[in-house]
Amino acid sequence: MNMRERGFEVRRATRASRVAVLLLLIAAVIVASLPYWAGRDTLRDFTQIAAYLVFALMWNLLAGYGGMVSIGQQAYFGIGGYAMLILANYGGLSPFIAVPIAAVIAAVIAVPVSRIAFRLEGGYFAIGTWVIGEVFRLSVANVSWLGGGSGTSLTAFQGVPRSLRESLTLWTALVIVAAAIGLLYLFLRSKRGLALTAMRDNAVAANSQGVDVERTRLLVYLVSAAGTALAGGLYFVGNLRISPDAAFSVNWTAFAIFIVMIGGLGTLEGPIIGTLIFFLLNKFLSDFGTWYLVGLGALAIVVTMFFPQGIWGYVSRRFGWQLFPVARHVVFLDRAPSSTRGEVIDTIQSAHSAPSAPHP
Amino acid sequence: MSSIVNIVLQGVLLGALYALFAMGQSLVFGVMRLTNTAHGDFIVLLVFVLFALTNWLHVPLWAAVPLLVVIAFGAGYAVQFAVLNRVSGRDPLPSLVVTFGLSIVIQNLLQEVFSADPRSLATGGFESMSFPLPGGIALGLLPLLTLAVTIVATLALQWIFARTPLGRAFRATSDDREIVQLMGVSPRRTFALAMSIAFVLIAIAATLYGMRTAVSPSDGPALLLYAFEAVIIGGMGSFWGTFAGGLALGIAQQIGFYLDPGWGIWLGHVLFLAVLTVRPQGFFPKTA
Repeated sequence: MNMRERGFEVRRATRASRVAVLLLLIAAVIVASLPYWAGRDTLRDFTQIAAYLVFALMWNLLAGYGGMVSIGQQAYFGIGGYAMLILANYGGLSPFIAVPIAAVIAAVIAVPVSRIAFRLEGGYFAIGTWVIGEVFRLSVANVSWLGGGSGTSLTAFQGVPRSLRESLTLWTALVIVAAAIGLLYLFLRSKRGLALTAMRDNAVAANSQGVDVERTRLLVYLVSAAGTALAGGLYFVGNLRISPDAAFSVNWTAFAIFIVMIGGLGTLEGPIIGTLIFFLLNKFLSDFGTWYLVGLGALAIVVTMFFPQGIWGYVSRRFGWQLFPVARHVVFLDRAPSSTRGEVIDTIQSAHSAPSAPHP
Repeated sequence: MSSIVNIVLQGVLLGALYALFAMGQSLVFGVMRLTNTAHGDFIVLLVFVLFALTNWLHVPLWAAVPLLVVIAFGAGYAVQFAVLNRVSGRDPLPSLVVTFGLSIVIQNLLQEVFSADPRSLATGGFESMSFPLPGGIALGLLPLLTLAVTIVATLALQWIFARTPLGRAFRATSDDREIVQLMGVSPRRTFALAMSIAFVLIAIAATLYGMRTAVSPSDGPALLLYAFEAVIIGGMGSFWGTFAGGLALGIAQQIGFYLDPGWGIWLGHVLFLAVLTVRPQGFFPKTA
């Protein structure tokens, strides 16, 4: 009957997260300096990585946190690309300014689209969003002043020196990635973010706790649309040429799904790791063409069946690491500082992936 | 006037094929709540298997088709039992991702083995025979056969579900897969049987499709979308609804093609979205 008073503290940051923040800052500085010493290929690579990463982060937000599995996010990727192109080529705006405006346009378009898409649930919602994506693709492919089926080029950069354009593109990519990760992290830490996790785990229970499921779903859908459009605008600023098949291809979502499932669904770290792995695989194995894709598909199947938590999910459970800690955990102050095992156990028990109602 | 009649008739014939694509999907989703993103790719796969049987192994068509049906039955059972049973749960994501992965694997394997060229099945001229009607309208014999087969398939499915013990097992397992074990029904075997029957339907659809057009390995996703749209337009839970949905989709596409070749498929998608907006339960939904 030991009623001794125990001292404890409620903390959010973990040792791993502090290390991670430092590493990420260093990485960001390195990336920002790339235009001064790296080759054009590296700059192109980073812009591409950025596009894949933001797309994956947004798909993860929708599916892993919002519980809505969509195979139609490529619609907003294409809208982002084409809106940026129209604003830049015909509106005279700088493409870099046009990208965020295109994201807003995509969010506006997402409102009526959501009215239709939300009529479906589960697997049928997924395929329905694919159909919507196809409608956008076919519509744009039939518009001849946008280049029809063969696409068109971004001409707004005429007269801009190439090195300047490439540097600005890289910095824009870095800003977009940082903003996406940062804003998502802040959102998930907030009350709204907690509501999202509750909604994902059990929508009816969340509703009973006062979570407005309808509005939260819509908000997540709009944010995901805007973010995906950012990725699309960015990608085609780097690519300079757009076509309906490239912009609205379902392969974008396919790759995002693979990235997120392999990296870890419903975690912030998962898409980041998944994108790095995917990009490395792409770099070294894509020469094998169809066999590479067969391997990717098989990997996705195996991971989903046997490691549904993904790489980061597995690591996080095994070691208790969280690079972007969302949940608070209790640290007992009277434990000896060397017994980090106690801290780890507490972290796991109150980890955000535990299936329970939101805890204070 | 005759052109409107022609469009509608051609639309019905096209829609019959879509309805046949959709039957398997309707069955699988109804029994197992499984979203098979690889549905269209399975159709394409079986077309190429049939092609390999007839062109490489030189099996005559009249023997190859039943052989294909048997292979399909076994393959469906195996796929469900070994792979999909693990992911046929309430959460749609695992089944979606696994079947998506299967879709990519099938498309690329087919491309490796058969190359990306479109192939079709030789029927000795049957695919271009037609039945003339007054007013200059010609009804193709192959599409008419497709319509007949689809009607028979719908009747058969309806009969299986309503009148046979297997059908009762399907409906019961679909309602509650835990309780049904108390009645001595194995959900895993029931699901596998459902998938086998769906694969038989896919095999028949593949045969008719392969005879009608040249098929390439990447055709799968488009077929999936048509099947899915037919199911939604017609209304979930009803095979005759799926049949009607397929016909409606076919007619919409024909109207679109008549207006402009680029807008054919688009109009089908738009009809689907319109139905979803105005009458999301479809035209002939089955209550409960």
